[in-house]
Amino acid sequence: MDTRELVIEVRDLVYTHLRDTPFAVQALKGVDMEVWRGEAVAVLGPTGSGKSTLVQHLNGLLRPQHGRVRVLDYDLSDPNVDVRALRRRVGLVFQFPEAQLFERYVGDDVAFGPRQLGLSREEVRARVREAMEAVGLDFEGFKDRLTFTLSGGEQRRVALAGVLALRPEILILDEPLAGLDPAGRRRLIALLRRLKGERGLTLVLVSHDVDDVVLLADRCFVVADGRTVMAGTPRELFSHPPATLAEFGLRPPSIMTTMHALADRGIPVRRHCLTVDEAADELARALEGG
Amino acid sequence: MSRTSPVPLVRLENVHHIYAGSRPVEALRGVSLALWPGEHVAVIGPNGSGKSTLARHLNALLLPTAGDVWVKAWNTKDPRHLQDVRATVGMVFQHPDAQIVATVVEEDVAFGPENLGLPRDELRRRVDWALDVVGMSAFRRRPPHWLSGGQKQRVALAGAIAMRPELLVLDEATALLDPIGRRDVLNAVMRLNRREGMAVVTITHFMEEAALADRVVVMCAGEVVLDGPPHRVFGHAERLRAWGLDLPPVTQLAHRLHALGFPIPPNIVTVEALVEAICRLQVAQGREQHTQKHS
Ligand SMILES: Nc1ncnc2c1ncn2[C@@H]1O[C@H](COP(=O)(O)OP(=O)(O)OP(=O)(O)O)[C@@H](O)[C@H]1O
Ligand SMILES: Nc1ncnc2c1ncn2[C@@H]1O[C@H](COP(=O)(O)OP(=O)(O)OP(=O)(O)O)[C@@H](O)[C@H]1O
Ligand SMILES: [Mg+2]
Ligand SMILES: [Mg+2]
Repeated sequence: MDTRELVIEVRDLVYTHLRDTPFAVQALKGVDMEVWRGEAVAVLGPTGSGKSTLVQHLNGLLRPQHGRVRVLDYDLSDPNVDVRALRRRVGLVFQFPEAQLFERYVGDDVAFGPRQLGLSREEVRARVREAMEAVGLDFEGFKDRLTFTLSGGEQRRVALAGVLALRPEILILDEPLAGLDPAGRRRLIALLRRLKGERGLTLVLVSHDVDDVVLLADRCFVVADGRTVMAGTPRELFSHPPATLAEFGLRPPSIMTTMHALADRGIPVRRHCLTVDEAADELARALEGG
Repeated sequence: MSRTSPVPLVRLENVHHIYAGSRPVEALRGVSLALWPGEHVAVIGPNGSGKSTLARHLNALLLPTAGDVWVKAWNTKDPRHLQDVRATVGMVFQHPDAQIVATVVEEDVAFGPENLGLPRDELRRRVDWALDVVGMSAFRRRPPHWLSGGQKQRVALAGAIAMRPELLVLDEATALLDPIGRRDVLNAVMRLNRREGMAVVTITHFMEEAALADRVVVMCAGEVVLDGPPHRVFGHAERLRAWGLDLPPVTQLAHRLHALGFPIPPNIVTVEALVEAICRLQVAQGREQHTQKHS
């Protein structure tokens, strides 16, 4: 018996932007996706394929025009669904976090969500501090900074902190790592893995960075031209030939490209190494074995 | 492309920049740098290290609070040459919304070159060409505000290359493209670099992308802390990590193999070079074993 809890279920979702105008664009033509509690799922696919449109359905920013979206026990097709209640449990960070910062001061911006939850002042402050430190923003140094004067990566960290401070059960991140420096990426990946392990956080992330997908995702969905075209673990996904992946805008991690090239040159190595660690072990074995 | 001219295209001399305010921020602390015609330079550095501030000085969007920036012979502080400076140095930022100026894609792309006072048919040709380079010709009549993130980035890029600048500055301008799209766009930019000698500065958090440049400049806390060819800069693994940066994945792999005692140079920066090094090693080992067996 399957004891896992299905927390997100998307069935045959169709969505047209600017419907009934001359600029109508059918962004989703039939997407299917399911996510189990505690899972990290990556959504990949080419520019303009419908990824952002899809994830904006998951916290009720967009409503299904056709098909079905269920998140936790909320049916997003129901016009009377309590979206505010949903958003307390499902946090979303936009592709452009600048668009998400609307308070003057960093501290207020991160505190915005927790304040809505009706927490005490002390609790709000504690959560803000914790969330800021978690994304690598020194609380004292940044809380009184003006949000619009921050660098790109600093703004993204503030947007992430604001959503983390809500302590959502499900976290939806649209390109969370774009704009972060390498140490910031490592820190965020470690943090998300920890929250997943310790708090059972469920994670949906849109990402173009295959190296990060490999480190973070349990499963991947590829959306191309408004449809789910592939699903599987990162290893299954990147086992497809590079030419097939390229059709969907994807490239294998450069480590795997290296292994492909070596195997093509007759070096006896497994092709499907995804990370530096795996490749180093494999090569050490192959080269020592001679 | 390597330097071909004795005169730099852009020269920064001891540039400081302090953002004023109740808490002033010293974003640049004495940066001196020359950018040469035809060069491809990558700038890397942790968040908040001053990369975008530096970029904004290259076309007079910001002026130094101390020190000077020259574009060709023009000091960027001289308002009489603002037009010349902006025509010479094109700029694309990560956040494309801030750069959208028109309600139709092709008008948006035409905006910059139009200001150069080009004749109509030349303008038309440039817009067609630029949209084609970034793969957005099919979207020319669409409103740019309602495009996806990656589509907006492509349009912003088209607007900049349509100006045919002598230096193109990309400030994380391809960060939201899919991997194939990013490769194609960067290849197109590198073709312009090699064939037409357009200098390119790419600011990026992708170490792999930085490794493609002729030269890598590393910023930390408002200063240039390293400057050299990729294989030299990525030879400083410890220092880069201490600054919150990293090595490209293939360099990490080369490092690991080197540390395991294999004679692989630890500062390899491309897949091709690593594959070559490993194949050479394998051949050498094969020969050795062969000799051992037969002796
Ligand atoms: N607000 C909007 N109004 C009209 N069309 C839109 C809107 N947002 C997106 N589109 C269009 O819908 C399609 C899907 O866009 P979406 O933003 O979902 O793509 P995406 O997969 O997130 O792409 P990217 O990787 O570039 O961010 C695209 O063709 C885009 O031009
Ligand atoms: N308008 C501004 N007013 C005050 N401070 C600013 C302003 N713009 C940037 N800063 C600060 O100056 C420093 C350098 O910012 P800059 O945007 O140049 O960094 P960056 O290297 O581009 O970072 P990122 O990788 O995050 O884009 C940061 O500490 C930032 O907070
Ligand atoms: Mg998107
Ligand atoms: Mg920046």
